[in-house]
Amino acid sequence: MFTGVMANTWIAATAVAIIAGVTGFFAVLRGSTFAAHAIPNGAFAGAAGASLLGLNPFAGLAVFSVAGALGIAGLSRRSRSDVATALTFVLMLGIGALFVSWSNQYAQEAYSLLFGEVFGVSTDEVLPILGIGALSIAAIIVMFRPLMLSSALPEVAAARGVPPRRMELAFLLVMALATSMTVPVVGALLMFSLMIGPAAAARSLTARPVLAMALSVVIALVTVWTGIMASYQSNWPLGFFVGILGAVFFLAGRGYAAARRRLAIRPA
Amino acid sequence: MTSDLLTLDHVGVRLGGRDILRDVSFGIRPGQFTGLIGPNGAGKTTLLKVILGLQPVTAGQVLIDGQPRSPRDTSIGYVPQKLGIEPDIPLRVRDVVSLGLDGHKFGLRLPSKTRRELVSDMLTAVGAQRYADARVGELSGGEQQRVMIAHALISQPKLLLLDEPLANLDISSEQGIVSVLARLARAEQVAVLLSAHDMNPLMPYMDRIVYVAAGRVAVGDTDEVVQPEVLSRLYGQHVDVIRVHGRILVVAAPEGVDEAEAAAEDAGVMR
Amino acid sequence: MQYVFEPGFFTSGPVHVALAVGTVIAITSAVVGVFTVTRGQSFAGHSLADIATTGGSGAFLIGVNQFWGYLAFGAGAAAFMEMIGIQRRRGRDVATGVVLGAALGLAALFLYLGTQYSTTTGASFTILFGSIFVLTPSTVPALIVSALLALATVVALARVLLLTSLSPDIAAARGVPVRAVGAAFLMALAVSVALSAVIIGAVLSTALLIGPAATALRLAKSPVRAVITAAGLGVLAIWLGILLAYDSFYWPPAGRGWPVSFFVVTLIVGGYLVTYLHRDRRPHQNPEQQNIDAEQACSPA
Repeated sequence: MFTGVMANTWIAATAVAIIAGVTGFFAVLRGSTFAAHAIPNGAFAGAAGASLLGLNPFAGLAVFSVAGALGIAGLSRRSRSDVATALTFVLMLGIGALFVSWSNQYAQEAYSLLFGEVFGVSTDEVLPILGIGALSIAAIIVMFRPLMLSSALPEVAAARGVPPRRMELAFLLVMALATSMTVPVVGALLMFSLMIGPAAAARSLTARPVLAMALSVVIALVTVWTGIMASYQSNWPLGFFVGILGAVFFLAGRGYAAARRRLAIRPA
Repeated sequence: MTSDLLTLDHVGVRLGGRDILRDVSFGIRPGQFTGLIGPNGAGKTTLLKVILGLQPVTAGQVLIDGQPRSPRDTSIGYVPQKLGIEPDIPLRVRDVVSLGLDGHKFGLRLPSKTRRELVSDMLTAVGAQRYADARVGELSGGEQQRVMIAHALISQPKLLLLDEPLANLDISSEQGIVSVLARLARAEQVAVLLSAHDMNPLMPYMDRIVYVAAGRVAVGDTDEVVQPEVLSRLYGQHVDVIRVHGRILVVAAPEGVDEAEAAAEDAGVMR
Repeated sequence: MQYVFEPGFFTSGPVHVALAVGTVIAITSAVVGVFTVTRGQSFAGHSLADIATTGGSGAFLIGVNQFWGYLAFGAGAAAFMEMIGIQRRRGRDVATGVVLGAALGLAALFLYLGTQYSTTTGASFTILFGSIFVLTPSTVPALIVSALLALATVVALARVLLLTSLSPDIAAARGVPVRAVGAAFLMALAVSVALSAVIIGAVLSTALLIGPAATALRLAKSPVRAVITAAGLGVLAIWLGILLAYDSFYWPPAGRGWPVSFFVVTLIVGGYLVTYLHRDRRPHQNPEQQNIDAEQACSPA
């Protein structure tokens, strides 16, 4: 299970989990659950189009994801944010559906782009994933303090010269780049599960930001690795395990937090 | 007391281990304009919610026309403090006022000339006629205030409650709103209970004052209630009442005043 | 003219059914959508659509028509969401997100298992992206009845919903059972989502719900006009979508037509963009309002 083709899978999946843990931490902090759901679907359209038109797949992915992020940010200026996100989301999916319908394997392709196809990762796909992933993490490290400030205390950040709207756009763009690479592996619909579940669980366990982010990554890694093993054994889709495990960890985190509160209230 | 429109009888509200309101008793008669005055956090909003039935009491009772309040009581109109209306909500000003008549009812209703005229008259009465067809979400705070007053008054309530209507207005809008309110209240014989942290804009119109501080109230005419000894007792600390240029300021004692001395002085004057 | 209406369009049976059913569903979706957007429940509507995906996949697995799956899971999710209640907004969004993740994971599994055991090709695509030209005739009465029920519910609740959006406190003070009304609305929303899922797919049904409504809210000022405009836009999108999809049957590259859902979604979002880009004059714009706009723009959730 660990050799040859599978080696690529493990490397790619590990990179995906790290990216998901880091971006997911901020997505949960900023309450950007809906955006986290919507943005990877730009990559869905990009991947479908790219494979069809024989374009460089990663260019296609990146372009569409970034377009999605810009669309959400742009529409949010004059509409409610949830409306902007919903409309961008469906447009990306609709275009993706069109591209997919042109291929001969349309049902299979739709399925794998949305729910993940981890076992088809080739060697020349691993490198761009690692590359873009590293770039996204670097971007977040550079932006870390203003991003934390504008996420937790937006008015204070604005007063200190960190414009909230620009920060939001920057964050969406990083999320777009990061998730664009991961969509062919985990799937557009499930990438967000990997971002939100582990990060939400981590927040229930600790309030300290760097520790929470590290825990997000750890939980995401555990989720993905467990998922790969289970998927390998059962042939069931990876997306299923990611979704279910994400929920399990989230509930476990909540349970832990509730138990800790109860123990704290009881007299020593 | 039984001729009172509204009676609060030893009302207490306890939330989260704190007594927000304690032993509050007063009555409001038809047509009276009453100011509910007090500093922020004193319990004014809680008191209004108690009267509206939105906040259960932990002691005492609220009586409307001598009877306990029933859930669908429409004899009390309400203008909340901050509405937070979304700009795209599909309601014009005249739609909002129309909802004042039947917004709480289920089912379809056909347009009627009578209703249109009622709405129009109400809009003119509050001075909102010129923006009757504008989206309510696009109005300024003061304009929205007028619309909500029209909304509350159109169903002809016997009592109108307003929660801090002056809080977000500039001075000229303040005066406009209060005079409109007072005029309408007299015309329609509607009692008004209006909460504020500054009583001065209301002075020309208030019949009575209910002063709230630290969860307790002092009720009566302004001259009776706004006195240092009454308010000091209420606040539980020494306060001064300063009258300057016809305006009243309630201030906490300055540093350096001997508290014991001030208390003894007050004690000598207390009835 | 021949190029706009390809031969056979007006006589085709499936087209007739598609137009009729599509019209009813588009109207229902648009009307429910106006209240959904006004109440700020777009994300809830989208979540119900994703959970409906699970239902549709599950139905496919056990060999039942998708609509019942969409409906059962959607209604169940609505009831569950109502039970959890209205808590702190951010906490609720994350919880909803996690539930969505699990639901979509299940959908992945059901679709996988379903394709293992059945011979229908393109099932995944149909569930995800709709199949208005191949509606199962036996479900049509159920679709129409459900649509009318959802419409009737929302119309009966219209005034109360508007009053609650204006001020939940005023509504409660006047004796409106705010919580029960919210629950009833959520059910109507679930039904509406299930219906749209049948014609343009579960993951895209949000378009029919939100798009025409959001566009109408930019154009119309009064509730009646907003609802009529939304319905009109939804119907227009469906008709044009059906026409274009029919016309596209021989278009490259695949020779089996472009998906209806693609056309419908693109038309809807395109229509919204037209109204969005047209600079609207706001005569009463004031600094307070601009601050609120800026605040809203800062945090896409």
